[in-house]
Amino acid sequence: MKNRLKVLRAERDWTQADLAAALEVSRQTINAIEKGKFDPSLPLAFKAARLFNMSIEDIFQDEAAA
Amino acid sequence: MEEQIKESGDWAARVNRNTLRLGYCTGAWLVTTAVATFGPQFIWHDNTLLTAIAIFINLGVGFVTIAANKHHLQSLDEMQQKIQLEAMALSLGVGFVCGLSYSLLDQSNLIAADAEISHLILLMGLTYFAGMVVGNRRYR
Repeated sequence: MKNRLKVLRAERDWTQADLAAALEVSRQTINAIEKGKFDPSLPLAFKAARLFNMSIEDIFQDEAAA
Repeated sequence: MEEQIKESGDWAARVNRNTLRLGYCTGAWLVTTAVATFGPQFIWHDNTLLTAIAIFINLGVGFVTIAANKHHLQSLDEMQQKIQLEAMALSLGVGFVCGLSYSLLDQSNLIAADAEISHLILLMGLTYFAGMVVGNRRYR
């Protein structure tokens, strides 16, 4: 699964630690999600969507469907 | 954002608190295990009542440690929980399979020494550690 977390984070000038703190996960988890090594659960994806004020589809894309 | 970070500060503090609590409990369990193991020989010279008390205290502290471990795991984020789950599955599987084979080797006298539970615990501990290292590297 691809995602735009890194880009969205950079647009807001947030560090991985800032985003991790906002989503209540570790910085390592944010790093793994950004690199596509770990897919977040639906609740975490919704939380990220709320934080960025976007829909889940705007942040996460299914590579198989692309 | 600031409000979310503040709430998350609570999350990070909660994880640290639970990790610290688990550390204290594990330390206490280790101490009570050492007392129950060496006490009869070096401290109270085979007094049965004191030995029984030491073993039951060790058992009680052990259950508190299990509860602390459960709280610790619940406070971790989902990726950390996944790493822990994979490491524990590996440790349990290796411990179960190798422990049974080890016991069979002992029963059929294919090994000279008696099978010791401490060897199994050591194997499970090392396997869990290896699983944690591999899991953390995989998601780095």
